[in-house]
Amino acid sequence: MREISLHILDIVQNSIAAGANRIEIKAEADTKRDWLTVTVKDDGRGIPDDMLERITDPFVTTRTTRKVGLGLPMLKAAAEMCGGGLRIGSVEGKGTEVTAQFGLSHIDRMPYGDIVGTIVTIIAANPDRDFRYEHIVDDRVFVFDTSDIRRELDDVPINALPVLNWIRGYLEEGIARVGAIL
Amino acid sequence: MKTLADLQKIREQVQKQMKVREGEQRGRIVVAMGTCGIASGARETMSAILDELEKQGVSDVTVTQTGCKGICDKEPVVDVAMPGQPTVTYGLVSPERARAIVNGHVIGGEIQSEWVIAQQD
Repeated sequence: MREISLHILDIVQNSIAAGANRIEIKAEADTKRDWLTVTVKDDGRGIPDDMLERITDPFVTTRTTRKVGLGLPMLKAAAEMCGGGLRIGSVEGKGTEVTAQFGLSHIDRMPYGDIVGTIVTIIAANPDRDFRYEHIVDDRVFVFDTSDIRRELDDVPINALPVLNWIRGYLEEGIARVGAIL
Repeated sequence: MKTLADLQKIREQVQKQMKVREGEQRGRIVVAMGTCGIASGARETMSAILDELEKQGVSDVTVTQTGCKGICDKEPVVDVAMPGQPTVTYGLVSPERARAIVNGHVIGGEIQSEWVIAQQD
């Protein structure tokens, strides 16, 4: 993966595969402590304890189309490469929370990348699930929640192209106000 | 500045379109979004598809996603299913190819055979 935003798209796919109805993404850049912390939290079916222990092993996967699962191991490597790490908490039947921490100014940290592209892609392909994105730079916060959008839409699907277009612009503006994470 | 109030106008506009075609969907595009697909550019492919559909004013095609299909070396992989035609699986779909597939196949009705890796009736 070339960007943290692509890792986010990838981790959200796990939440979707786990049947989550609501997925909350949070990215927080703390310039004083020099951390970038990304959290993906879902209400999916959760991960059994014995699986959780082995989940960052590339040869562990629930899929049947191939025998390796590289998503979490790659994210773990990307985080550890810049002095951070990966934490996964999960309760069966309740949900999962994945937290990746990166050294914000570390030379080996991959760029945050196109988060707007990631969010629009997720919404376009999953109109029946709710997503929340919190973008925090120090004490400035931007929050986007599809449940707020849905209230304005009536019977219009959230992935209708004019709506997606508006969401793209809304996210770009909101993130620019708070400050882009590079 | 964009506000949630803008959505009212957009809603009315889309509702008008929906009325015209009575909710009928003409076709379906599926982008594979496994780790392999994402690492190969599936997000950019998806963005190009959405952008091209919007540009061409196509509003009756469903765009959705699936996971890894086991053909990781051909990612990004995109399926196109149009009524009266076999479901076509395209491989190595760059954003440029994606735009050509939208215009040639989804709008023009012609399967772009040089990029096809599988067909299913």
